[in-house]
Amino acid sequence: MTEPTGTTLAPALEMRGITKRYPGVVACDGINLQVRPGEIHALLGENGAGKTTLMNVLYGLAAPDEGEILLDGRSVQIAGPSDAIARGINMVHQHFMLVPVLTVAENILLGEETMANPVFLDRKEAHRRIAELGRRFGFEIDPDAKVGSLSVGWQQRVEILKALYRNARILVLDEPTAVLTPQETEEIFAVLRRLAAEGHSIVFISHKLYEVLEIADRITVIRRGRVVGERRPAETNEDDLAELMVGREVQLTVDRGTSHPAAPTLHVSGLAASDDRGHPMVKGVDLEVRAGEIFGIAGVAGNGQDELVEAIVGMRRPTAGSVTLDGVDVTGRSPRGMNEAGVSYVPADRHRFGLILSFPVSDNLVLTSYYRSPYARGILRQREAIDRDAASAIARYDIRTPSANVDAGTLSGGNQQKAVVAREFDRDLKLLVLDQPTRGLDVGSIEFIHRQVIAKRDAGTAVLLVSAELDEVLELSDRIGVMYGGQIVAVIDGPTADKNAVGLLMATGGAERDPAAAAEEAAG
Amino acid sequence: MSASTPSAPRPQPGLVARAWARLAIPLVVTVLAALVGAAIILVSELLVPGVEFSWTLPITAYQALLEGALGSPEAIVSTLANSAPLVFGGLAVAFAFKAGLFNIGVQGQFLLGALGAVIVGVWVADWPPILAIPLATLAGIAAGAAWGFIPGFLKAVSGAHEVVSTIMLNYIAVALLAALVSGPLKVPGSPSPVTFDVGNAAWPVILGRIGHIGIILAPLAAAFVWWLLRRTTWGFQVRAVGANPDAARYAGMRTKRITIGTMAFSGALGGLAGTCVLLGVTHTMTSGFGTTVGFDSIAVALLAGSEPLLVLPAALLFGGMRAGAGLMQIKAGIPVELVDVLQAVILLFLVASPVLRRLLHLNTARNEPATPRATNMVPDVPV
Amino acid sequence: MDLTPLLDGLYGIPLLGILFQAIGYLVAAIPSNGSNILNQATPLALAALCGVVCERSGVVNIGIEGTMLISAFTAWVVGIAVNPMFGNPAPGPVFGATLPLLICVVAAVAVAILVSALHAWLTISLRANQIISGTIINIFAFGITGYLDQLISKSSPAGAGSFMAFTPPEALVNLPVVGWIFAMFLNQGPLAMSMIILVIGLQIWLFRSRWGLRTRAVGEHPRAAETVGIDVLRLRFRNVLIGGVFAGLAGAWLTIEATNSFQIGMTAGRGFIALAAMIMGRWTPLGAFGSAILFAVFVQVSQLIKIAPPEGDLGTIMGSVPAQLWDALPYILTIVILAGVVGRSIPPAADGQPYEREAAA
Repeated sequence: MTEPTGTTLAPALEMRGITKRYPGVVACDGINLQVRPGEIHALLGENGAGKTTLMNVLYGLAAPDEGEILLDGRSVQIAGPSDAIARGINMVHQHFMLVPVLTVAENILLGEETMANPVFLDRKEAHRRIAELGRRFGFEIDPDAKVGSLSVGWQQRVEILKALYRNARILVLDEPTAVLTPQETEEIFAVLRRLAAEGHSIVFISHKLYEVLEIADRITVIRRGRVVGERRPAETNEDDLAELMVGREVQLTVDRGTSHPAAPTLHVSGLAASDDRGHPMVKGVDLEVRAGEIFGIAGVAGNGQDELVEAIVGMRRPTAGSVTLDGVDVTGRSPRGMNEAGVSYVPADRHRFGLILSFPVSDNLVLTSYYRSPYARGILRQREAIDRDAASAIARYDIRTPSANVDAGTLSGGNQQKAVVAREFDRDLKLLVLDQPTRGLDVGSIEFIHRQVIAKRDAGTAVLLVSAELDEVLELSDRIGVMYGGQIVAVIDGPTADKNAVGLLMATGGAERDPAAAAEEAAG
Repeated sequence: MSASTPSAPRPQPGLVARAWARLAIPLVVTVLAALVGAAIILVSELLVPGVEFSWTLPITAYQALLEGALGSPEAIVSTLANSAPLVFGGLAVAFAFKAGLFNIGVQGQFLLGALGAVIVGVWVADWPPILAIPLATLAGIAAGAAWGFIPGFLKAVSGAHEVVSTIMLNYIAVALLAALVSGPLKVPGSPSPVTFDVGNAAWPVILGRIGHIGIILAPLAAAFVWWLLRRTTWGFQVRAVGANPDAARYAGMRTKRITIGTMAFSGALGGLAGTCVLLGVTHTMTSGFGTTVGFDSIAVALLAGSEPLLVLPAALLFGGMRAGAGLMQIKAGIPVELVDVLQAVILLFLVASPVLRRLLHLNTARNEPATPRATNMVPDVPV
Repeated sequence: MDLTPLLDGLYGIPLLGILFQAIGYLVAAIPSNGSNILNQATPLALAALCGVVCERSGVVNIGIEGTMLISAFTAWVVGIAVNPMFGNPAPGPVFGATLPLLICVVAAVAVAILVSALHAWLTISLRANQIISGTIINIFAFGITGYLDQLISKSSPAGAGSFMAFTPPEALVNLPVVGWIFAMFLNQGPLAMSMIILVIGLQIWLFRSRWGLRTRAVGEHPRAAETVGIDVLRLRFRNVLIGGVFAGLAGAWLTIEATNSFQIGMTAGRGFIALAAMIMGRWTPLGAFGSAILFAVFVQVSQLIKIAPPEGDLGTIMGSVPAQLWDALPYILTIVILAGVVGRSIPPAADGQPYEREAAA
């Protein structure tokens, strides 16, 4: 961490009184932000607090309605991304802006092409500069590798190289650790510290309290479009920051209660499955979920959790192994077959799989049961039954919508997910499978859904939960399975689990290694 | 941002305002297309050598067009008879659109339907009509269904995009038809290739001189397709696959089967169009058999916004234009291909309707809290 | 149709014999028809290049067929109008080119650019469905060309003639073994030759130039391209116009190089076959060219079989298939390719999806 020395320099970046309005909502309301040269400044806030909009304004993707931006004390107008880049502002987005089929060099060159002559690219020079930058900041990369073949951690590095190649002075990172293991996070933090030491300014956007406390020199907390506090890490702690973020005493845990598990409902043995491109992702998984318990799967995204869940519920054909439900072999059964056997599945991507956004809410509420009585008699649909049950579900699950006939796409994310939950939870279930059930939702919806999950468990359902939010897994699970490299490498007790121990398992798979090899592994 | 509080209820716009909002675009589009057509007529007068220029030629042309379409009882019957195959063809395209499929192969399915109808029709030509007519009709429908099945099957099994495969099948159908009519189906000894007559399999005439039962079958078909889409689980599946194939799979729908079934059913409707023309009008087939029904059906479906019931007025519009084109050619010397141009211009303005909406300030007159309706007429489908 | 020869033939010959005979027939037929094949492949390859440029940028263009047709018609009509103004000149020394003919080419390309601009406006600015836009262009093209052709043909006007093929030196053509390749590539008119140059040029440009890199990025991940400051919509628009140039050349070939007149619907589905060639060529210019050659071989063979069928039993079998069905061979081949018999290929990831800017800056 760098302390400002002696004379006060003008801040590298200052955003004064930034206000940005969208129809129906004020995304940013008079926000002030100051970042000094060589400082790592964290922007902390919940989903939807306004952090991303603020950075879009900075990056020229949106024009502020009020306020001004100053670079090195001078007021500037930023016309668009290329203008921002020309001024030394670079953004590393939460969802990587990399083209998978192009190489590392091509991705870095895109938009800032090093030319040998007015028409053709200068590959040699580009390779040389990339190698040099990588060495300066501690990693080596093959410029001709196709980005799509790199691991997430390495794609992250490519994104940072993109910024450095353009002589970035101000680097904005939007939720950079969302998909990294604790080990990879430490490595990226090391890179960031080196960048700061060389005088680059870094804006670190996150909603993860622990990381922000670790890496930042100063923290600005935003809530509902306004700055609600500025702290140094030394003068604050998680509870203080959480309260600033959310605005009230936060219960960081929902009361999980005690579980009373009964006989095993789901039994998975030696299950193997590949992804859409044919790469094996699930490499022999054994697990068991008992009725009346929540089994949470912790793991860094991309270790096979999605494919595992899809193979269990019938959305993906397993290449080996078996799935048994209450003693009956259901391996490879279709989604409808599983549904009829008493399995419900809440998919991770609700817009793509969970709902048909252009259909009315009522039709979405019967999406998996439209063909059965009472919603259909033969091929004739029974409108009254559908509408009646829809009204009831909307009331009981507190789905905020003007009517059951509006298109599902008009609902907010939280209400859309509640609709999916209403559909999937609202019957007697043997097994409930949830994948990222609260991603992108507001706190109120999250609490609601967590309570519903616990209620299902208490009613005797076996619950299989997959979440990238380690906190969610720790909060809800009675037992935790750690997934690494396509296998369950450890199963531990939920209530007594230690977060750092789980994180370490997620990163190393539990194998005993020496530190050098572990670092090499993490770098590969 | 959770925006979950409902806004204050808006006052309902008056009846006139609502009617204007609904009808403005089709009306404006038709008027604009007529103006463009007039411009084309005038310009071509200038370009073509040896014709005396006349400002009123467009008016003469449109008058003749209207007269040929609606100017007399025979004209009206002719319009209805011309519209019937367009209803079937338009339903074929519209139904496929609902599933997110582009059936550009109606022309080929039309030809196959006529082929099936003529082959069986000639075979049962001496049977009692009560047997001959349904048999020949069913043969035509089945042949069209087979021709629709092929691209559906290819798409489901190998992902081959149906736009190109259906168009290829159109050309293959033409070749097949020429080969058969010049070969095994040919009436021996006739100077030009032509098949036998279908005799008792011909559709009876119920109105005027040429108004065959297709005039009644068409609205029945439209009602049937509407019922299928809106009231049955099959239709629900078709629409779901068109709106979101991933969610449809999650919901347990067999998307491959639905694709194949949809294309086959669409092909059946296309085959019915061809059957209609063959059994209703021509009763035999020549090697050059074929009308503009194929392209017209696409235009009808687009104009109808893929809604089965709206296919009826859309088919009447284009059917009327086709019926009147002959008289327009005679009286004003305008080639009948102008109707193709008018069709394309109408569609062009429809596709550009967001621009028109803005110009006419129609964006504010929404009376339902729906999601922004797709400005295209068909759900966006990645190719 | 008398099936006896076909059945007799099938019973009498081992299958392998037929296969060898068919291959031998092809090997003998191709060299002597090499220049015809390349000539026939020209419109397909040019139209496929249009497709490659458009789809690599993320825009599907089903309207290539209509664009070609309008260009072909324009080239012919402009010739009729312009030739008398220059006194009906005799064919010039190089490719038989005259000033009116050159004007025809320019006009054809200009009209193609206009039509492409319409497609671009509808699909990029208005974000209309790309297939519908292309279909409308096809309907319009058939209509307007048919309409005008009916009016104009009544007076049987004389056109501007057509380009002539270059005659390569005898020494090259008569070389053993490779002579036919020289004949194939050099015994061509200017448009066909320009096609070869354009194929190579586009291949290099697409993969080694800045424009090519940006185009590929925009077709795969337009959001990523936007975040590095590329104007996705403008790049797409420009590329669709560039694609129009290729389609215009393809159309011009029809009426002022291959023939010197216009027939209604003379494109005969080439615009769609070109799309299949593009897919089979994995969206690369060289691949599209190779696929176009393959199609042209089949078209050529289907013509040959009618005039000079192979000897013996193979000939009998082939002869018993009605002539009209041989005409359908290229279309059947297209379907076979589409069905992935020759291997599945993956289009650019953002192909066919309209793009919306993240925020109005």
